Amino acid sequence: MSNFTKEDIQYYANFARIDMPDAEAEKYATRLDTLLEFSDRLKELDTTDVEPMTHPLAIVNVLREDTPEDILNRDEMLKSVEDHEDGLIKVPNILD
Amino acid sequence: MVVNKTASELQSLLHSRELSVKELTEATLQTIEEKDKTIQAFLTVTGPEALAAAEQLDNLPDDKRGSLFGMPIGIKDNIITKGIKTTCASKMLENFVPVYEGTATERVKDSGMVVVGKLNMDEFAMGSTTEHSAFQITRNPWNLDRVPGGSSGGSAAAVAAGEVLFSLGSDTGGSVRQPAAFCGVVGMKPTYGRVSRSGLVAFGSSLDQIGPITTTVEDNAMLLSAIAGADYRDASASEKPVPDFRNSLTGDIKGLKIAVPARYLGEGVDPEVREAVKKAIGVLESLGAHVDEVDLHYSRYAAPTYYVISSAEASSNLARFDGIRYGYHPADAKNLNEIYLRSRSEGFGEEVRKRVLYGTYALSAGHHEDLYERAQKVRTLIAQDFQNVFKEYDVIVGPTSATNAYKLGETIKDPLTLYANDLLTTPVNLAGIPAISVPCGFADGLPVGLQIIGNHFEEAMLYKVAHAYEQATEFHRQTPPAGKGN
Repeated sequence: MSNFTKEDIQYYANFARIDMPDAEAEKYATRLDTLLEFSDRLKELDTTDVEPMTHPLAIVNVLREDTPEDILNRDEMLKSVEDHEDGLIKVPNILD
Repeated sequence: MVVNKTASELQSLLHSRELSVKELTEATLQTIEEKDKTIQAFLTVTGPEALAAAEQLDNLPDDKRGSLFGMPIGIKDNIITKGIKTTCASKMLENFVPVYEGTATERVKDSGMVVVGKLNMDEFAMGSTTEHSAFQITRNPWNLDRVPGGSSGGSAAAVAAGEVLFSLGSDTGGSVRQPAAFCGVVGMKPTYGRVSRSGLVAFGSSLDQIGPITTTVEDNAMLLSAIAGADYRDASASEKPVPDFRNSLTGDIKGLKIAVPARYLGEGVDPEVREAVKKAIGVLESLGAHVDEVDLHYSRYAAPTYYVISSAEASSNLARFDGIRYGYHPADAKNLNEIYLRSRSEGFGEEVRKRVLYGTYALSAGHHEDLYERAQKVRTLIAQDFQNVFKEYDVIVGPTSATNAYKLGETIKDPLTLYANDLLTTPVNLAGIPAISVPCGFADGLPVGLQIIGNHFEEAMLYKVAHAYEQATEFHRQTPPAGKGN
């Protein structure tokens, strides 16, 4: 059974900002089918009254004073940036 | 040669000043240079930085020398190291140099250890063979035609090959324990929250933990004591006091109650692995432990649950890699969207893209409830399953992996075989509990790991059992044949 079409894959890939040419999309459709079929096993279970688990430990909010610490060095950080000017990161035009 | 000595032997030589940290570091770098030609565990060797740190340590007075003074350590390449390239074995971060130190490595250094390099892994810790590295194939020191396991394959192989006595890995679904089992070394996945995740490049944030890999249980206990504990940079790092885990290494497990889930020794487990684990359980019984079979009903649902939750969290975590502030940057992109698209498509490998896609699907409107939320509910059932067992038992014991180390290139084509193996390791991460893998024999000449699972924050109990077992057997003394391959 095939769950994913090429177009489905391209639709979700766009959300994740992953380029997805047709040939690739077909490959990923098969792979995601396998994963989705694997997850079908979960439908065997009745989970109606089960609370979803969002975190492994029951910890409450940890609060602290909002005082600046561990300030990272801007010049050091900018070394990994491809294009910057006056301490600001440059990107291409966002409007065509 | 100094590198063949145990950590405690080296420590006494250092403290009596018969050996300097610089000499030990030089010898370690030499060993890495020789052995890593075949093992390929290290992505980066930090020779100059390590020697500079060693010289500083040699000048420290006795009362300033930390608990693991002078010990060389390798770090998995998804744990950031200030000023040292941290790639996650991904083209995306091929040239990434972090500007701050992760908490675990900061504590490693505070305890007097010398970081000698960064270790290979599956890209972004996604995989169980280390073959998903964008850079090199790491080999299993027991047989060079086999994988070291993964995703912390470099961390386990480097320790097994005797390149370092200590390493750090990370475990999201078994990534410390399974490679430790495949390479015949000791690997601990601590309780979620025991070790700060600050500086660990996030994969599945509700599952990830940093864990130590060593040749002995004692060394492992010392390293966890050094890196564990509260951290203001990670609010999920527990405030619970961290004991000196060495104090639990008493050898006394009389009256201990051990549960063995029938499923853990059932279908799909290699007969030789099953035999080795059964023998190990026999050893624990002979030491005075009481063993019962139990049913962990929901464990067969753990692997699909794990793939939904870990992929969903990964799709969110990996959204930060946009080719702008750091990481792979495509040349000549015409607009912003093209930077995003091309950096993520050219920078991420196939396995990473697959999981990001699956996670994006699982979190999308229309599938969120049916897939992601259902998985979260099953996660509750899996966690409750463990809690029911821990009401009556101290630890749960079984194999770490259903098979011995795979042949290179063998299983990568059959993801479901890999996923079947996940039945043994992923439930532990879903429940947030700790587990350790210790060597317990051989299957077809390759190491087998015994997995010991405990309740939240019961690492001391796990070390106690693992140590008692280790001292009663000789497996931890066996070392791989140097450079042998078939």
